[in-house]
Amino acid sequence: MGLALTTEEKEMLDGKHGKATRKSMEIITTLGEIYGAKRLIPVTSVQIAGVSYHNLGEAGLEYLSEMAEDGHARVLTTLNPAGMDMLEWKKHGIPEDFAENQERVVNAFERMGVITTCTCTPYLIGNLPHFREHIAWAESSAVCFANSVIGAFTNREGGPSALATALTGKTAEYGFHLEENRLAQVKYDVQIELKDTDDFGLLGKAIGTRTGKTIPYITGIEKATTEELKSFCASIATYGGVAIFHMEGITPNKTTIPKKTEVVTEDDLRAARAELDDKEADIDFISVGCPHASIKEIAEIAEMLDGKKVADGKTVWITTAKPTKDLAIKMGFYDTIEKAGAFLVADACCAVAPLKGRFTGLMTDSAKACFYARGKNKFKTEIRTVKQCIKEAIT
Amino acid sequence: MQGRKIFKGKVVGEALVTGDDISFYGGCDPETGEIVEKDHHLEGKSVSGKILVFPSGKGSTVGSYVLYALKKADKAPLAIVNKVMDPVVAVGCIISEIPAVDQIDIGKIKNGQKIEVDADNGVVTLIEG
Repeated sequence: MGLALTTEEKEMLDGKHGKATRKSMEIITTLGEIYGAKRLIPVTSVQIAGVSYHNLGEAGLEYLSEMAEDGHARVLTTLNPAGMDMLEWKKHGIPEDFAENQERVVNAFERMGVITTCTCTPYLIGNLPHFREHIAWAESSAVCFANSVIGAFTNREGGPSALATALTGKTAEYGFHLEENRLAQVKYDVQIELKDTDDFGLLGKAIGTRTGKTIPYITGIEKATTEELKSFCASIATYGGVAIFHMEGITPNKTTIPKKTEVVTEDDLRAARAELDDKEADIDFISVGCPHASIKEIAEIAEMLDGKKVADGKTVWITTAKPTKDLAIKMGFYDTIEKAGAFLVADACCAVAPLKGRFTGLMTDSAKACFYARGKNKFKTEIRTVKQCIKEAIT
Repeated sequence: MQGRKIFKGKVVGEALVTGDDISFYGGCDPETGEIVEKDHHLEGKSVSGKILVFPSGKGSTVGSYVLYALKKADKAPLAIVNKVMDPVVAVGCIISEIPAVDQIDIGKIKNGQKIEVDADNGVVTLIEG
């Protein structure tokens, strides 16, 4: 066995710290052996995926309940989106039995000492690692953001492996925890003037589709906001499986610069847009907030909706994290948005909520949301700027 | 055949062999154990009670929970033998306590053949030819 364990780690594996810790250690050491890790390392932050009852199902819930019998989080741990707003689910049309099961899932996590804010943007609400900190995150968009934009070190964890790290505080040292696996492999020269979050999402699709899991070094982008980068991360991780990229002048990681260069042009962006724009999409659902909307985005949307009314036959979800929603309530943005007939939905998103059959066409600024709306919910999609999405909602 | 232990246990059973990778999430019914992925080599066959022999796992990490669901429904495979273990399947075997071995030349195992999996030692033995 190439994986060396400390006395404490061995004790965890032998069951001296309880059943849940033993099972967690089995998961971590097995993954470590599969990937040739030499040791385990401590992490300071965990983000767990597999929270929506829609994806987890009864068996997943049973597993969590079993782990909650004696498992307790040893490091700061937050949760991915649930299938509904944990407080206002009723008015969003979520069925009662689903709500009950979703509550059981979140309660199981709470018993384990997990912070039960359900969001795909933990870095916006207090789970913010710093440069070069080792963490264990699931949620592909947040993994990409943490590795690339923040410069923290994480693999792409799954639900059970992230939970295992939460309950032990350890992960195996392999993959993106090692400097040599984080270097750029292909250079992409972007010859486009990018304007909004939808453009960044389309760029993520264009590069992600081409690069797969090869690490990109991206040049030609002069500036990007946090909101644009979160859109880009979500998209490049969805369409390419990218866990880390480098963006010249914008991301902090050191890397060698690859010689092999590919050019990304206006045509590529147009092609990506054409692929996500279904012909004859009958838009009855508008959603912004994939990944979860920041307070800045919510403020802008509230301003656009001020004094307006959402058109008959259209449903609008602005999805965000609960702490951001609370801030929006305090600032009056929530009232403005809801008075217009749109919903400010916390904890959930249009990709993990049980929405199949409720709508036929989604308009969104998110390339990632288009992917899940099509695959899971069989909606037709159109990708537009946030401004255009809101305009569509009120006309 | 000497391979590598993924999760412990020792069983004897009938091999269900495929050359196709398996995605448990979306590709296998969690209640019946039937492979439901369209055009999969095992489509319509049940993995329940068999020693499931396939190259590797693929697909969503939720697949780990599907193996757990199968175990709880008494429909899990008896053991899993892979060429290359994928983390989703590995985690699924650990949480469901399904014996599992990888680094096995699965081409040598015939469908329907009786085999022994001694996961503790990472060994797979062909019992009948």
